[in-house]
Amino acid sequence: MNSVCPVNAIAFIKGEKLLLAWVEGTVPAGFPSPAADFQVKRHDLNDLLITHPAATFMWQARGFSMVELGIEDGDVLVCNRALIPKHGDRVVAEVDGDFTVKQLYKRNGVVQLRSGNPTFPPILFRDGQTMTICGVVTASIKLFR
Amino acid sequence: MFALVDGNNFYVSCERAFRPALKTRPVVVLSNNDGCAIARSNEAKALGIRMGAPWFECRQLAEEHGVVALSANFTLYGDMSNRMMSIAAGLGPAQEIYSIDESFIDLTGIRGNLAKRGQDVRERILQWIGIPTGIGIALTKTLAKLANHIAKSADRKPGSYPPELARVCNLAALPAADLDAVLQATDVGEVWGIGRRIAKQLRDEGVVDVLQLIEIDPATIRRRWSVVLERTVRELQGQACIAMEDAPPPKQEIAYTRSFGQPVTSLYELTQAVTEFASGAGAKLRLQGGLAGQINVFIHTSPFRQGPQYSNSALVPLRRPTADTPVLVRAAVRGLQVIYRPGFHYIKAGVMLLDLQDGTIEQGELDLEDEPIARGDLMGTLDKLNDRYGRGTVLLASAGLEGKQRSWAMRQNLLTPQYTTRWADLPVARA
Repeated sequence: MNSVCPVNAIAFIKGEKLLLAWVEGTVPAGFPSPAADFQVKRHDLNDLLITHPAATFMWQARGFSMVELGIEDGDVLVCNRALIPKHGDRVVAEVDGDFTVKQLYKRNGVVQLRSGNPTFPPILFRDGQTMTICGVVTASIKLFR
Repeated sequence: MFALVDGNNFYVSCERAFRPALKTRPVVVLSNNDGCAIARSNEAKALGIRMGAPWFECRQLAEEHGVVALSANFTLYGDMSNRMMSIAAGLGPAQEIYSIDESFIDLTGIRGNLAKRGQDVRERILQWIGIPTGIGIALTKTLAKLANHIAKSADRKPGSYPPELARVCNLAALPAADLDAVLQATDVGEVWGIGRRIAKQLRDEGVVDVLQLIEIDPATIRRRWSVVLERTVRELQGQACIAMEDAPPPKQEIAYTRSFGQPVTSLYELTQAVTEFASGAGAKLRLQGGLAGQINVFIHTSPFRQGPQYSNSALVPLRRPTADTPVLVRAAVRGLQVIYRPGFHYIKAGVMLLDLQDGTIEQGELDLEDEPIARGDLMGTLDKLNDRYGRGTVLLASAGLEGKQRSWAMRQNLLTPQYTTRWADLPVARA
């Protein structure tokens, strides 16, 4: 190696202190986590249950007319108002100033709200009578304890 | 090009979305302490209940006609507003949220039929959250606001404007003659930025409708009125003078004032109220990352009630600018102790934080006294707890306990549930 000193270099003189710039930061010791490159979001129920946050509302089911369609008394219903209701969807609808949860029947020009319990008759609509569907029930949440 | 999206009778519409039975009834929403009508359904408007009308004045009329009165449920309205704003934002590339129920949308660069696009967004807001809206579209913000007025009036009062302008009104697409006819049918008092006083001055000068107003030379307007009115007139003429504001500038002062549910006489009760108000103002201050240099506290009696009247306020400078609730409360209570006089029936108190500054700037000072006690992130923790578990979860003891002792607490006898923000308040669907 050539012992040529560059012009701006700090001369190294034995016994004197060499000033070094302080570097902010830490140097991690040990092994880096092998999972570091694989960090992802943990399961978040919102991803599963809520696809349209602005249009999603919750209702609480009260009653037993839908037990055979998976909706029991006390369930929390996740309703997506952005979806277009189809035949067979469970829906929350406005009937006579109240909310009700039923199954939408829509075939051959006939529209009904059907129950999931044989002891409850379907709700029929006469011509000119309006039925407002508030949203499609996309999930029914049950808390067991 | 701008659009203004505005919820119709917004507070009433929010209530109706969760109580369908109200859709066929006249409804009013009352201000804090159930004092004045601050929102009215179309049916209530038709009965002659004025905006801001004191409830005790229209109560009899309302009861005769089966009007449903509700206490303002701002928790619900705030959530519904967020939803509405997020859907409305889809109309264009930029949005300015102007109030709880109105936002301007910048339509720059949007091609195609704007009225159709507006109708689609209106339909989407109605279907997704159940809130009817009016949308005004025009070249400037002032004109968009006017277009919104037209869209709503044409919807609510058939015959006031051409029916095709109802609900969504794009003034920029109107042929010149039709535009003139519409402006001629609009009173100058309806223009954004023209208050009652200016409107009267204009009418006294023979300027009654908007068409007459825009035919005046802006230079004349500036000379005879003001540069502010000149800007309004230029905007009405189609020259954009008011730009979008992305984020509201930080507030210069923060006020937290409330009327009491019933009159209060003792210093003890006033101390509770002032503690709560100063704590609330402190939380607002921390939300914008600020510090307050001075605090103003006021109390007064009701001018509408019999008996001796008293009103006073105190300005308390703070030793160091701060956002620390106990320090703010101590200062506010010290101010209260100075102005309090026994023997009066107080109806209102308030706390204002003044001389606000950015929390990141700290004034160096001479080392004359001990450093303030380091609290770590006590205030941050306090705010987080109250945010997560509900307001008032952790409070200063001098705010008093909830229940009977707090006679001053706000009267909200007709409050609906917090349908969308509290699990216990979920709306019920009959199965």
